[in-house]
Amino acid sequence: MNFPILSTLIFLPLISSFFIFLSKEKKNNYSAIYISLFSSIATLTLSLFLWYSLDINTPEFQFIEEKSWINNFIKFKLGVDGISILFIVLTAFITPICIISCVNSIKLRLKEFLIAILILETFMIGVFCSLDLVIFYLFFEAGLIPMFLIIGVWGGPRRVYSAFKFFLFTLLGSVLMLAAIIVIYWLTGTTDITEIYEIKIPKDYQNLLWLAFLSSFAVKMPMWPVHTWLPDAHVEAPTAGSVILAAILLKMAGYGFLRFSIPMFPLASEFFTPLIYILSIIAIIYTSLVALMQDDMKKLIAYSSVAHMGYVTLGIFTLTKQGIEGSIYQMISHGLISAALFLCVGVVYDRLHSRMISTYGGLVNYLPKYSFLFLVFALAALGLPGTSGFLGEFLILTGAFQKNYLAAMLGTFGVVLGAAYMLWLTKRIIFGVTNNSEIKKLNDVNKSEIAMLASLAFFVIFFGFFPAPLMETFSVSVNSLIDNYQSALNAN
Amino acid sequence: MIFNLNILFPEIFLSLSIFIILMLGVFIKKSFNIIFNLTSLIIITTIVIILSNSNNEVKIFLDSFTRDAFSNYFKILILVSSFFVLNSSKTFIMDNKLDKFEYPIIILLSILGMFFMVSANDLILFYLGLELQSLSLYILASIDRDNLRSTESGIKYFVLSALSSGLLLYGCSLLYGFTGSTNFDLIADQLYKDNKGAVFAMVFILVGLAFKVSAVPFHMWTPDVYEGAPTSITSYFAVVPKVAGLALLIKFMFIPFSNILLEWQTIIIFLSIASMILGAVAAMVQKNLKRLLAYSSIGHIGYALAGVATGVISGYQSAITYISIYVIMNIGAFSCLYLLKKDGQYKENISDLSGISKKHPILAISLLIILFSLAGVPPLGGFFAKFYVFASVLEQKMYPLAIIGLLTTVMSAFYYLKIIKTVYFDDSVISFESTKNKSAQFSVLVSCVILVTFFLYPSIFNNFVTSLFVN
Repeated sequence: MNFPILSTLIFLPLISSFFIFLSKEKKNNYSAIYISLFSSIATLTLSLFLWYSLDINTPEFQFIEEKSWINNFIKFKLGVDGISILFIVLTAFITPICIISCVNSIKLRLKEFLIAILILETFMIGVFCSLDLVIFYLFFEAGLIPMFLIIGVWGGPRRVYSAFKFFLFTLLGSVLMLAAIIVIYWLTGTTDITEIYEIKIPKDYQNLLWLAFLSSFAVKMPMWPVHTWLPDAHVEAPTAGSVILAAILLKMAGYGFLRFSIPMFPLASEFFTPLIYILSIIAIIYTSLVALMQDDMKKLIAYSSVAHMGYVTLGIFTLTKQGIEGSIYQMISHGLISAALFLCVGVVYDRLHSRMISTYGGLVNYLPKYSFLFLVFALAALGLPGTSGFLGEFLILTGAFQKNYLAAMLGTFGVVLGAAYMLWLTKRIIFGVTNNSEIKKLNDVNKSEIAMLASLAFFVIFFGFFPAPLMETFSVSVNSLIDNYQSALNAN
Repeated sequence: MIFNLNILFPEIFLSLSIFIILMLGVFIKKSFNIIFNLTSLIIITTIVIILSNSNNEVKIFLDSFTRDAFSNYFKILILVSSFFVLNSSKTFIMDNKLDKFEYPIIILLSILGMFFMVSANDLILFYLGLELQSLSLYILASIDRDNLRSTESGIKYFVLSALSSGLLLYGCSLLYGFTGSTNFDLIADQLYKDNKGAVFAMVFILVGLAFKVSAVPFHMWTPDVYEGAPTSITSYFAVVPKVAGLALLIKFMFIPFSNILLEWQTIIIFLSIASMILGAVAAMVQKNLKRLLAYSSIGHIGYALAGVATGVISGYQSAITYISIYVIMNIGAFSCLYLLKKDGQYKENISDLSGISKKHPILAISLLIILFSLAGVPPLGGFFAKFYVFASVLEQKMYPLAIIGLLTTVMSAFYYLKIIKTVYFDDSVISFESTKNKSAQFSVLVSCVILVTFFLYPSIFNNFVTSLFVN
């Protein structure tokens, strides 16, 4: 195919953000809103077309675009396979929802906010498309700039602290990955990952390089003990920022493990599996317990994100078909559910300007539609069968039981804790007694909010009953990932 | 002889022009504007002359003067950066009553000195060029002679720089004594590892050069001079002499000291690490933008020195690329300072930038781009500068240097973020005059456009830089 569909996908939001920049500042910023909506929906359509035309029966990268970039030795190489396409579609799906949500909630400097969101979308899609380590790093890091501004300019009272913490934590993790990327280049003579997959990286180097990549992914994921930036960033970020952060930015690290750590360093991945198990289990149990104690809704959901990401790392490093498939499924489903939960918090926050759980109570009597939708997502977050949250956790635990009983047992215990904090949150917000008289005056969700939440709810339930569209897409790629991993282990 | 003159033509043209405009300045009253425009014209003409000259390596005057791709590249870099520095600062010069006709002439003189520095293939010519440059810089630092701080910084710079020149001269004489020649090529032939005296001489020369590029621990003058001197002079100090100094460091390492590379390398690694760490740590607590940029430039020299420290050609190339991108970023950063005008006063405190994103969105976004680029965040130009340096450092397996460098990048990101925080997150306090300073705006625009679009063609400098070391 000659048409550079991936470059179009990446740079469409960037170009439209430039048009927004040029557009005249008017009272309601209609032109900016329409341009951004139009471009994000065009991106979504294009990504769906890409998904449709992707051949899912081969693990090969498709729609490859290659251009010489730095002195002919680093190429600008893009491509997608069954795993990355889902993340691209997820990104393209979440972005228009963010744009709709911020029209209601962002009062100041909406135009700049839309520019930041669209530039961020460019970088996020770029991360999932890149087939070259340097390009990947470029997009991975570049996303920090718009996110830093989104938290810092439009955030809550402690936004400066949170934005700095977010930026510096992530940068600190990533510079080591940059060093590792350069070392890989000098070892193999290329940064093109399809070529690196073929060349075996020497065993003595693998462990150190793997750790360097881990330092970046662990911060981004975030894994215990470097997760502390996430609750702060989530709490202070505006709703749309939280949504993007939870739904997409956190998935970059999981994707990074699948795309880089495991195929490039199979021996090190095997070697460090116990470490990942320990960190994942701590993340699941410890952050679930912390989530139980929160009195801030956003913080609670942020901690639950850390716990859910703990399942993802656990599943990826079981290195079984079920575990990895479950992890990808969990990432997609968490992308939908956490986005929805943060939107739900945003809906009530826009009305009462409080994130405290104690402010609310008995919402079901006054906001029935909202309560119904919230309940759907809360149940999905705790992994109720019939929602997408269940399948991911189920598959991960199935994979874990094949490798390590203890880890699997503790992981299963985490599911109970997950149910505990989610149900308790629901009980305190949706049910219970209404102490706050202002709640009685609240309006129920309006049309645009229903549109956002209902579309998310539809997919959460749809993928809960009918996982085939997702499973089939990445199944072949995951098989080949595991085959390559096994053959690398056997060759050693 | 005629052939030789042809090779020296850029220098001859430059010196003759300096004499002519000096005379013009003396005889015409209120001549600043004319002289200033003539200076710009002379700079452009010199660029054209150098470009039309061939890049083949020729050595003339008993092999004491070299013209090759290396010196030509640096001459053009010096001229282009001087052009932008001068033109962006014109309004500032007028507003601060610095519009003496000597100002551009002295700048041209220092450029002439740097020309001889980068072309020198002989200790004597090298020292003469260095002194011509330094003397011009002493005058420039104290050009605002009625201002106490400017005078103070001029004296401070003079005393310290004279000391370092003395050390450097002492090193040169030692080197002559131990090798029997002042010619770089002959020194290179005579110099061996066991020549302890020559190593001694090398240390003295290195101290002198480190002072000129303000590498730690010879950086003490930088913050005071940067803060004390008028901003237009500071921006010149921050950009142009650094380029010439780095060119000399590379040249010394490449030709005369190539046989005692290991001793030389150890010292440069130390200078590099010390500069990176001090630049990052000391800048965190600064409140004055010029002072902050001084510490930031110390840090940046540390990264460029890391490229030099590798001791291989690819490392030198990365250092040259680094300094080229550094020049672009710093011209942009200083041009932003010219736009911070309020009631006829130019503001230079970080707190004055508070919340300017609300009233001056374009200026704010330019600062955002330049500062993130200085911090080395992709996809901006500054990232590629660091990328090339660390690529060559890691190629030589100098892991500690690379790791320290990368960690200081994170530390230095903190103070750049602090400025961005002031610009974007804080509440608006003052609004600046909408200035008609077109030339400064143009410099900011050029710098931002280059930094933002750099990722489209990141090997733009590499193509030039690879051709510099063909011999």
